[in-house]
Amino acid sequence: MRYKFEIGCILVLLAAYLFTYLEVNRFLYVAGFPILQFVMIATAWNILGGYGGYINFGTAGFLGVGSYTAVALIQWLGAGIVEQVIIAGVVAGFLGLSIGYFTLRLKGVYFAIATLALAIVLETFVNNWDFVGGAAGISFLPPRKPELLGYVFIDSKGGALFGNTKEYLFFIMAVLAVFSVWIARSIEKGKLGRGLNSIKDNEEAAECMGVPTLRLKLFATTISGSLMGMAGAVFPSFLTFIDPLTAFNLEFAVNSLAMPMIGGTFTWIGPVVGAVLLGTVQQWAIVTFSSELNLLILGVLLIFFVTVAPHGIVGWFMKKNK
Amino acid sequence: MRESATVLEPSPLTPELEKRGVVVFLELLINALVAGLLLGGFFAALSIGLSICFGLLDTVNIAHPTLIVAAAFCTFILNSTFGIDPILAGIIITPIFFGLGWLIYSAYYQFFEKTSAEALRGLAFFFGLLFITEVVLIMVFGVDHRLVEARYIGESISAVIGGLEFSVPYRLLTAFVVASAMTLGLHLYFERTFFGRAARAVHQDMMALSLMGVDPVYIKRMAFAIGLSTCGLAGALMIIIIPVEPAVGRLFIGNVFAIVVLGGLGSISGTLVAAFILGIAVSIVSTFFGPSWAPAVSFGILLGVLAFKPTGLFGVGDTR
Repeated sequence: MRYKFEIGCILVLLAAYLFTYLEVNRFLYVAGFPILQFVMIATAWNILGGYGGYINFGTAGFLGVGSYTAVALIQWLGAGIVEQVIIAGVVAGFLGLSIGYFTLRLKGVYFAIATLALAIVLETFVNNWDFVGGAAGISFLPPRKPELLGYVFIDSKGGALFGNTKEYLFFIMAVLAVFSVWIARSIEKGKLGRGLNSIKDNEEAAECMGVPTLRLKLFATTISGSLMGMAGAVFPSFLTFIDPLTAFNLEFAVNSLAMPMIGGTFTWIGPVVGAVLLGTVQQWAIVTFSSELNLLILGVLLIFFVTVAPHGIVGWFMKKNK
Repeated sequence: MRESATVLEPSPLTPELEKRGVVVFLELLINALVAGLLLGGFFAALSIGLSICFGLLDTVNIAHPTLIVAAAFCTFILNSTFGIDPILAGIIITPIFFGLGWLIYSAYYQFFEKTSAEALRGLAFFFGLLFITEVVLIMVFGVDHRLVEARYIGESISAVIGGLEFSVPYRLLTAFVVASAMTLGLHLYFERTFFGRAARAVHQDMMALSLMGVDPVYIKRMAFAIGLSTCGLAGALMIIIIPVEPAVGRLFIGNVFAIVVLGGLGSISGTLVAAFILGIAVSIVSTFFGPSWAPAVSFGILLGVLAFKPTGLFGVGDTR
């Protein structure tokens, strides 16, 4: 069947909506939201890191820019979530483009180093910017009745699509996650993905064959950064509080790197598998034991997969099938 | 206290001081320059090991600053339980970090260089190392700031020359002297000895080196271990200068890479010059704009160098 993947996407979204409609235990939305967010971040990271082979350590930076764009928009215009997501995507995409423009003409390590320093610098700027709360952070209430083109989405008495804000944001995150997986898959199956793969294998050879390497890298960085920014934009509304330490947390960088590497970087399903698996385990681990131990396990898993199993879980299964 | 530049403690600009106008400005400027020079010595100690690992050997050890923080905590233990002087403690733990470097390079070689895997996977390896080190430090020591005790910490020399007041804290001076001695020693070692020349030759042409009957892997492992052994003293200096907590290493990542890239890959003396330039720049920005802006300086320098002169000031390597 030709549109198997697209139908799958729609089924996933329907399932996500039914999940909110059934009004199950509130905790499941709170635990499910980060997992969906991780799916989106890991997928976004993999567009540049997995297909193109350029490592981005600045996930937290892009995510934080998305979050703080959203905060600034709420503070300044009282903008709704849809506007926040779109504008955060544009801003973070532009950030990716400009970092890429400075560093992507050099060896891959320079891009990695620049992105590593990026998150810290952005955190510095936000710490000094009182309009969005500065170092102390900022808390706010999400609008009770968000609307788009005159349609009200939330009504606690029923009669609208969603019963409360958490369900509404959960569904938005699901839409964004599916959207990013769809983008990643389209890139992978198309000319862009083949171009990026050739860069990963041998950049010089690719350039000699006429692959526009710089343009492809810049494109991948922009898309990847933009998706990360969008994933960040929903974050403040979901937490109803944001501070620089949360928004620019290094854990995001480690997760976005570890999830695709553990799942498998060469195909779109890898990051999804890694994110769902690691995300679920982490949600469970945070509740049952300390969050430090949880992070330690994450780091050890990352090193294990990078050194011993570089093709990840998906690669392991594919080898078995052959 | 999270900013690296709280080190400098710039005098606050009260209205009363502002009346003295130019004199105060000159005083601030000269004090900032002196403090920056001393800070540069400290920065050199932080980045000299990375200059060897990254510049000469092409192993992008992004865990370097975090390992320095680990060394700072080792110094803290030796100082608080046995009352050992922090500098002496730094020298005592140096062999441990030498051994650690030996182990890390062996693993790196086994998994990445030998199989000629993508260089970027090695980056992920070091990132994992950074993360694990930091988490273990948090689990053992918590997130509190730690300090060491020694006679030269907390006091400063002041002098009045030509009507201008100067003041230099002893701890910065100590750090400067120790850091300069270490950097100069390493510089001479890599310039003058057979091993040093071999290590620089590895950087240029590995094949030629093995044709000369030298085992390049041995040279690289040795050089990496020497690079990492500098963490011992650098960590001791760090905890002398600022209170240390596990995540503080991240703040220095931008600084050390800006220095190594600005100095030029493969050039140890270049690293020294770049460290002084960055030290002075950070000091001036913290004095006149506030210490919270200091991290932006190194990042600006890093991006600027990468964009306009990626070989750095004294670099010889290719950057593409």
